[in-house]
Order: sequence, then C-alpha cells, then structure tokens
Amino acid sequence: MSITTFIIISIIKSVAVIGVLLTAVAYSVWLERKVSAHIQNRWGPTRVGPFGLLQPLADGAKFIFKEDLTQPHVYKPLYIAAPMIALVFAITSISVIPFGNWVNLGPWGTYLQITDLNIGLLVVLGITSMGVYGVALAGWASNNKYSLLGGLRASAQMISYEVSLGLSLVGVLIVSGSMSLRDIVDYQGGVFWHFIPRWNIFHGQTLAFFIYLISAYAETNRTPFDLPEAESELVAGYHTEYSAMKFAMFFMAEYANMVTVACLATLLFLGGWHGPIFGPPILQAVMPVVWFCLKVFFFMFLYVWVRWTLPRFRYDQLMAFGWKVLLPLAVLNIVVTALIVAWRA
Amino acid sequence: MLHLILFLFFGAICVAGAINLLAQSHPINSALSLIVVMAALAAEYLLLGAEFVAAVQVIVYAGAIMVLFVITIMLLNAGKEEHTKGSRVAILLGVPGVITGAVLVAWTLLFRGHTSSVTIGAEPGSPQAIARLLFHDFLLPFEVTSVLILIAIMGAVVLASRPEAVAHRPAKSDHKELPELVASGKEH
Repeated sequence: MSITTFIIISIIKSVAVIGVLLTAVAYSVWLERKVSAHIQNRWGPTRVGPFGLLQPLADGAKFIFKEDLTQPHVYKPLYIAAPMIALVFAITSISVIPFGNWVNLGPWGTYLQITDLNIGLLVVLGITSMGVYGVALAGWASNNKYSLLGGLRASAQMISYEVSLGLSLVGVLIVSGSMSLRDIVDYQGGVFWHFIPRWNIFHGQTLAFFIYLISAYAETNRTPFDLPEAESELVAGYHTEYSAMKFAMFFMAEYANMVTVACLATLLFLGGWHGPIFGPPILQAVMPVVWFCLKVFFFMFLYVWVRWTLPRFRYDQLMAFGWKVLLPLAVLNIVVTALIVAWRA
Repeated sequence: MLHLILFLFFGAICVAGAINLLAQSHPINSALSLIVVMAALAAEYLLLGAEFVAAVQVIVYAGAIMVLFVITIMLLNAGKEEHTKGSRVAILLGVPGVITGAVLVAWTLLFRGHTSSVTIGAEPGSPQAIARLLFHDFLLPFEVTSVLILIAIMGAVVLASRPEAVAHRPAKSDHKELPELVASGKEH
C-alpha cells in the first residue's frame, strides 16, 4: 500500500469512527433519559421526532444557542482549556479500539480499526489516565469551593480505582499473552464443552470482569460512584460554573468515556466481535460488527440501569471499598491466574 | 525523513515546555508545563521504538505522579510566585558553567565518543523483551528495588502519621460508655 492510499484510508477511518462515536454519545444520552423515565414510570422525551429520537439534535441546538457565561472570578486560560482537555482525551482513546475483522474494499483492504498497536491496551489506559486533568483543572480553575471539592474528589477517586482497573486487566493479559486488543479478541474465538463460547468472562476471568466493571463505573464518575458531582452536597461538582457548549463538552466526554469503557469490556471479556455467524455472505460480513455493537449496547444499558437503581456511596465507603476490597481481589485474581497458567505450561 | 522531523518537533516541544516551566509564575502552569515535557518525552521514546517505555511514561509520570502534583497545588491553593532577579553569584558562575558544560558534552559526543548509529528497533523495546529482561535476566535487582520502594512507602506512612495523636490518646477511664452514663444518671 502506498503512503497516499494509507493516509487517505486512515483519514476516512478516523472520520467515520469519530462520527459513529459522537452519534453513539448523543444517543446514549437519549437512552439514559428514556430508560430512566421508564424506570420511574414516566415517558421521557416524546415530542421531538418518533419516540423522541430527534431529542439529541434539539439538545445540541439548545447547547449551542445558550449564553456562554464566564464568571469574573475564574482563572480564564485553564477554565477554557479544561473542557477541551476532557473531551479530547475521551475521544482519542477510541483510536486503538478494533470493531471487527479484516474487510476488503475493492483493491484495498483494512482492519476495522483506526490503528493496531501491540501496546493497544496500554495506550487506552494512558489516554484515560490523562483525562483526569480535565476534571481536576475544571474544579480548580472555577475558583469555587464546590467545584474544587468536586475536582479533588474526582481525581482522588479516578487514581484510586485506576489501580484496581489496571490490575483486573493483568489476568486477561496473562492468559492471552498479548497487549494488542486484536490478539486478545482473536484468542477468545471458538467454544469449549461444545457450547460455551471461549470468552474470557466464562474462561477463568469472571472475577476480573466484575472488578473491571465496578472500577469502570468509578472511573467514569457514574452512580453509585458519582461523588464528584453529587448534586445534594456539591451543587454540580466540578462543572458548577460551566454553561452552554463548555458544559456540553464535559457531558460528551463522560458519555464518550462510557462508550470506550464499554468497548474495552466487550473486547477483553466478552469476546469482541465473536458470535454465531450465519446467512448469506453479505450478512456474514456484517455480523461481527453487529455482535460487537450489541455487546457494547448491553454495557451502555447496564450503565443506565445501575444509575437509576442504586443510591450513591458515602465518600469513606468509596475509598475503603476501592483500596480494601477491590485491590486485594484484583491481586488475588492475578496470583491465581498466574499459578494456573504456570501449572499448565 | 518524516521520522527525523517528528523527532526534532517533539524535542523542541520538550525544551519549550521545560523553559516555560521555569518562566511561569503560577505553580499550576509550571506543573502543566511539566506534563507537556513528560508527554513529549513519551513521544520521543515511541519514535525510538521503545513503545512500552513510552506507554509507561505516560501512565506513570504524566498520568499518576503529575496528578498528585496538581492535587497538592490545588489543595494548598498556592498563589503566584514573585520573580526575583536571582543572586549575582548564580549568574556570574552558573551561566558560564552551563555553557562550558554544554560545549564539553557536545565536543565529547562529536569528536571523542565512539558512538555509532543504531537502527530503530534493534534494542529491546517491546513488552516481551522488557519483561524478559526484568523478570529473567535482572530478577534479583528488580525484586530488591521493589523492596526498597516498599520501605520508602512505609517510611512515608510513619512520617506522615501524627505521633501526638497516638501518644495523647485519652485514657480509657475518661470515656464512659453510653450504658454506664445512663446508669449513673439514673443513680443521681
């Protein structure tokens, strides 16, 4: 492949993936509103479009036309930069996520992934760990005690749960023997005992999956870990002073992070795009991507379901749970997995 | 060619970030400049073929350690620093010293060093190669280092705990349990 075709294909892939991601972000907000409404025995958005399906567009238009307030007491450079930092890092981490197998487009072919790195998993972890700065700096630059408390809580919580999140992935790395997300998914193909798929969640990494799931909720600041924006005590936490598009950028960053975390869970524990494949050739080509999207949708739905079911943790419970329960369990999982792998070898 | 351009570009970012770190008067801007330096260094490692080191550089230094710096600055709410002219001794001795040092290093590298060029990827940089070095060839130094870090963590915990809180804990007899209080109240 010549360098020109490579660049053209890369640009097309990037634009397509970011377009799909932003659409997914918009419609996860719709999903959140709709599911929460039905959980609370309401209808949710119904007016704009059928089933309120055009509501995200209306929300976007509203955000753009709202007055963009900048309070006089904020530290302006960082106040403006913080939402951008949060959004940029949230969107960048999608670049190493694979969606499906090799596809042939006439003379050229490509993987359904922007780029395949042999340290793909570490890249995602690194980029998400940089996302803390958006929240922390927003809290500090707002020059408001509620914002500062929210920012501090968010950064403390995110670096605490990042430890268990990272350690829960080590078990998967040990069994699959690679840090490339594509290799990890390829390892999970096939079935054992004739009917159970060889996904990591069924194949020894069940505990790791639940540790990952809980830490991921804390990482994305979602209920029951939404202490950084606990509205009953902190007004709105780190984004108290933000309005219009700046607030919308934090909002989009949160949902983009949720999508990334759901994609990662799908790839690492639920076998990525593996699933039963049948039908005519054109359907067979599309099925893997469909399976991948269904699994990601399942995680997004779980996010919403948990948010509108569970109450919030207290702050000391949050820290104690992270350090005294999840961390030892994650270490235990690594030790047991390593011993089994060593025993088999 | 593109490789060299990118390498020089990130090197320039690195140096610019380091200078900005010194020039900024507000601590949080200095901390952010340090993050830029760390991230640019990670990009340099990546360009040299050490992808694992690059990822770890971002996760550990730019991600974890600098977050602690930023949190500390936020908690202390450190204000702007005052710029002083600096001591005359530092200017008189420091500037010529730095220039001499730089010239010496450049001269040694250019004319005296027996350095030769290495192709990218020739040195161990992949996760597998580094894991083999750490857990096989240098296992003992690696474990000794981790014990050293553990000692440092325990030392930090001991230093940070307030001794007066332990020493002046009120004696047990001062505290009456609730049933006792209720009982004594009944007696009066």
